[in-house]
Amino acid sequence: MATHLILQKIFKTGFVSEPAPQADLALRTHEQSLHADILKVFGQAVAIRHVDAGSCNGCELEIHAINGPHYNIEGMGVKFVASPRHADVLLVTGPVTRNLEVALKRTYDATPEPKWVVAMGDCGCTGGMFGESYASCGRVSNVIPVDVEVPGCPPTPIALLQGILAAVSKGSKNTAP
Amino acid sequence: MNIGDHDWNLKPLGKHVWRGRLEPGQLLALTRAIKEEGGQLIALWGSDDRHLGGGFGLHVVMLTSQGLVWVNKVLPAQAPTYPDLAHIFPQADRMQRATFDLLGIRAEGAVDDRKWLRHGAWPATVFPLRKDFDPRSLATHDTDAYPFIRVEGEGVHEIPVGPIHAGTIEPGHFRFSIIGERVLKLEERLGYTHKGTEKRFEGMDLATGGKLAGRVSGDSHSAYAWAYCMAVETATASQVPERAVWLRALFLEIERIANHLGDLGYLGNDVALSFGFMQFWRLKEDWLRLTAKLFGHRYLFDCIVPGGVAVDIADSGKTELAAEADRIEAEVNSLKAIYDEHATLQDRFANTGICKPDLAARLGLTGLAGRASAQAWDARAQFPQAPYDKLDVSMATQRSGDVLARAEVRFAEVTESLRLVRELLKRLPAGALHAQLAPVSTVCEGLGWVEGWRGEVVVAVRIGADSRLDRVHPHDPSWQNWPLLEVGMLGNIVPDFPLINKSFNLSYSGQDL
Repeated sequence: MATHLILQKIFKTGFVSEPAPQADLALRTHEQSLHADILKVFGQAVAIRHVDAGSCNGCELEIHAINGPHYNIEGMGVKFVASPRHADVLLVTGPVTRNLEVALKRTYDATPEPKWVVAMGDCGCTGGMFGESYASCGRVSNVIPVDVEVPGCPPTPIALLQGILAAVSKGSKNTAP
Repeated sequence: MNIGDHDWNLKPLGKHVWRGRLEPGQLLALTRAIKEEGGQLIALWGSDDRHLGGGFGLHVVMLTSQGLVWVNKVLPAQAPTYPDLAHIFPQADRMQRATFDLLGIRAEGAVDDRKWLRHGAWPATVFPLRKDFDPRSLATHDTDAYPFIRVEGEGVHEIPVGPIHAGTIEPGHFRFSIIGERVLKLEERLGYTHKGTEKRFEGMDLATGGKLAGRVSGDSHSAYAWAYCMAVETATASQVPERAVWLRALFLEIERIANHLGDLGYLGNDVALSFGFMQFWRLKEDWLRLTAKLFGHRYLFDCIVPGGVAVDIADSGKTELAAEADRIEAEVNSLKAIYDEHATLQDRFANTGICKPDLAARLGLTGLAGRASAQAWDARAQFPQAPYDKLDVSMATQRSGDVLARAEVRFAEVTESLRLVRELLKRLPAGALHAQLAPVSTVCEGLGWVEGWRGEVVVAVRIGADSRLDRVHPHDPSWQNWPLLEVGMLGNIVPDFPLINKSFNLSYSGQDL
């Protein structure tokens, strides 16, 4: 009986989830002027829409990873959603290809205010190995406004979570520990 | 070397790889001869050779009973064309269209000459991979009208999906034509992640080229990095220390295990068994963390470098990795027992997304998905490079060609790769990790061929006399397999698309380049 085996496995495995990391405010690209009342409404609960704007799919591996049991992101109020219309945060990977430039702008426009953009990975932050070319617009901020940049190739799950939390946390870039 | 009853004047270029230049009229004859003996077309691309005193070049790599054959045909500088190969090997279709988009080399007589990698970013009269291409000349954004093939009739309607998808997957557009819930036709439109990778290689030094090669498709980093290094080392006639070669195989198998564990979890997830997702991703995360602890990177980025490897493993690390391999194997076995027993999962997996063996052979299905449809090719088993020639790899195959078969192949390959990891650790030779590449004095070329987790990864390089990269073509097995996803989807219901798509798990970045 599969159910019996599943229950046995669940009890044997126990909890593997780990405590949430702290926001890394140093990853902010500029000082955010969020109204305190907006943050109060959101708390730290955010809906994220991931947009692959031309990534090599390395960053996507780590986005999948934070959805695994070690990270328990829904427990810290972070949830991936299927539409930009449901999202507070756009998590954008890759150098933005010219073939996706329009789609990325439309996705940004479809996301309701207030919204934050997290650029993930060296390519998203700087253009990375691919840079700017006939086919690549380079970094995400060349195409849409970016609030937080998380470097790394790819960034580790912890760095990614610190960046996501930085987008929606109180506190100041300048007083970051 | 003979294929059919003709000597094609092919010369060895590394182990199991043959190189030849075709005389006029030979391209079709050789392609047909390889088709007749049961071979496959693997890759097709072009090169601009005008700066080397030639015109253009058409390059074709085919799989034969004696290994990989890499041939090229010299094309004139003005109006370069070659005869269509897609009527012999249908998988050539998109490769031919991409070759035209990038180089303006046309397949004469091709049925389908629609654009493929070109969307609206550059005009149809400009070819980015030509050496005299001027990047300042373009930046058009036309409307990117693409003539999809319409299915018409009473009750037929279309569902357009993407390029931005609802889940964390890469961008591409899928056009479903359906009646009720049944899919009458699926047409893919890819190329969204085209970021000019091949152009980027031009003029790079050999070490930086290795880093870029590993980022053609990040989930196959070690496969690409190794294939690139193999090509560079063949071109420069450089020797690689034995320990480095064994460590490369270790990295490749670690990568295969990580990807298969993730896919097996997602396959469970896509039939609403989130238990499967959580369990397999727990194992994958443990595996990645140990990889990072031992080698400094969760996905082994930049661990394989031209001339050898950049990291070593200590004896304590060997013990730890072997113990983890034992634990993962036991856990995977217990999860396989659950997948086997789970009625809903079996019902959703079996007879879903079928690619029958005869169709798979005709259309060139390759790699993991090919083996699930009785296409028994695995370079590690049949044409082993060192160290696989000492490891006796056992190939996993299935005949049913459905989601279940592709899951079964993954289960079998996880077990075999865990065995290989233990074997590689046990017999790892001592010695240096890295050797200097031999210096380059003239234009030289090489080809690397590695069986990545998804299928064969082939990288061809030409190095200029200044020892910088002149032309690099990385080939992903997704080129051949994307069209088979369209076939596998026929007659299935739309809600099964995520499951079928995941069971192939093809690379967008690897084919969009």
